[in-house]
Amino acid sequence: MGKIIEVKDLTFAYPTEDGEAARNALEHVNLSIEEGSFVAILGHNGSGKSTLAKMMSLVLVPDSGAVIIRGKNMSADDVTDEDVLKARRDVGMVFQNPDNQIVATIVEEDVAFGVENLGIPSEKIRHRVDEALRLVGMTKYARHMSHKLSGGQKQRVAIAGVIAMRRKCIIFDESTAMLDPVGRKEVMDTIVRLNREEGITVLHITHYMNEAMHADRVVVMDQGKVFMDGTPEEVFSQPEKLWDIRLDVPQTTELLYLLKQNGLNVRTDIFEPAECAAEIAEAMKRMTDVRGK
Amino acid sequence: MNLDISFGQYCEGNSILHRMDPRAKIIAAIMYIVAVFLAKNLYAFALLLLSAIFLIAVSGIPLRIVLKSMKPLVIILLFTAVINIFWMEGETLLVSLGFIQIYLEGIINAILIAVRIIILLVGTTIFMTFTTTPIALTDGLEQLLSPLKKIGLPVHEFSMMMTIALRFIPTLTEETQKIMNAQKARGADFSTGSLLQRAKALVPILVPLFVSAFRRADELATAMECRCYTGGDGRTRMNVLHAGAMDYVFCILVIALGAGILVLNQFGGYMLSW
Repeated sequence: MGKIIEVKDLTFAYPTEDGEAARNALEHVNLSIEEGSFVAILGHNGSGKSTLAKMMSLVLVPDSGAVIIRGKNMSADDVTDEDVLKARRDVGMVFQNPDNQIVATIVEEDVAFGVENLGIPSEKIRHRVDEALRLVGMTKYARHMSHKLSGGQKQRVAIAGVIAMRRKCIIFDESTAMLDPVGRKEVMDTIVRLNREEGITVLHITHYMNEAMHADRVVVMDQGKVFMDGTPEEVFSQPEKLWDIRLDVPQTTELLYLLKQNGLNVRTDIFEPAECAAEIAEAMKRMTDVRGK
Repeated sequence: MNLDISFGQYCEGNSILHRMDPRAKIIAAIMYIVAVFLAKNLYAFALLLLSAIFLIAVSGIPLRIVLKSMKPLVIILLFTAVINIFWMEGETLLVSLGFIQIYLEGIINAILIAVRIIILLVGTTIFMTFTTTPIALTDGLEQLLSPLKKIGLPVHEFSMMMTIALRFIPTLTEETQKIMNAQKARGADFSTGSLLQRAKALVPILVPLFVSAFRRADELATAMECRCYTGGDGRTRMNVLHAGAMDYVFCILVIALGAGILVLNQFGGYMLSW
């Protein structure tokens, strides 16, 4: 598998109005995203995770360092608008506010918007739009007014708009942050399915720990730097490190971790409540067995 | 609060008019307006009235809704009628009270002009707003005006602006409501006081609304860029408009109406002065 996005030694500070020296939003960040993987980027507000997403989707230009998309350095001096457009055909982005990224009044026309920009013949657009709506489970709503949908449905429409363009990688910039629990689940299920079944590379930026558990890899950002990087099991089995930067761990992991500290011999890399319960039961059984003997 | 109000007066249905190509409807509506202004005498007006009734019948829109849409017109109708009745001079004096003189011609004129305004409204709303969604209208307008691109007019940009404006009307209406509620919760009063005071009370609503609208615009622009939007060049459309037989039939019917009116004008009788 090749690398779809690489960032090398990325540094960026938002310009300030009064000329004061700004704190770097990103400091020497190195990261590479494998094609077909599901990477969750976690971090607090101001950790630089959204800035990183905007760099990778070429919305912002780094102060120094490079963003490389499918082997092409997009931060080089000779990059043209054409190159940027080409890269954007590969990497799409779904934003936080569902209302501010839907362009058209009718659902299917919004999904078609991006594809229309590519200059594809009309019949093919129709086909791609229908396919994209089916993949996010919104076929029923094709002719509905977009403003009447729920938050989760709007985000799924936005996702359909991205996949209709046949992109290989989708960056979700806190796309679940403004949704209610039901909407969040709808969107998460869609994201996971797109990654597993359609092989789309997913970069999911979030501050919900539970959402990061679906990922193959978790990157934790703090103060503009990569703080931790590993599989969800590796990252969440070190709760103190996460607590240090005021992040939570999934409740199941926290429970198991505290039990272990209090002397119960359990694994701490379990996220599913059912598995967690089984593990605790198992451990307690072992304990009574020992006592029985 | 009913947010649908802001979506024009589109009235769902499946009549011939609903299914017509929006381009044909726009052209037909413009020609209809011309025809209305051509009518000068009672015969021509009778034909116009028939055509308006025909349009309402074909569109399948309940008369009640059509009449309701004329409510805002009442003041204009009364105003023009009063002006015509009191200021028109003619040959047949009906009433003379000091400086007030009412002529028969004035009354006829007032009635005809009222009928003209009503038919004008019925014609345009039936062809356009009642039977065509705002989006279809913008699409039709863009394609009709597309030859103007050659002389450098930003036709695509104009229609994109319209599309986005229509898309954001409900969003901003909802937001206004939210801000108003937030200000009410802090003791703001929008419904009492003099006109000036009430206008001043709107400032705390408008300021946050504008700030948020600009932020939305910024985010939307970024999102559009991320979806490879670079303006109208090289863009294709999913829905291509097709003009069918019915579209031509309606346009020809409206032309025939105009011709009929011109012929009827020759029969004389009382002629409308303007």
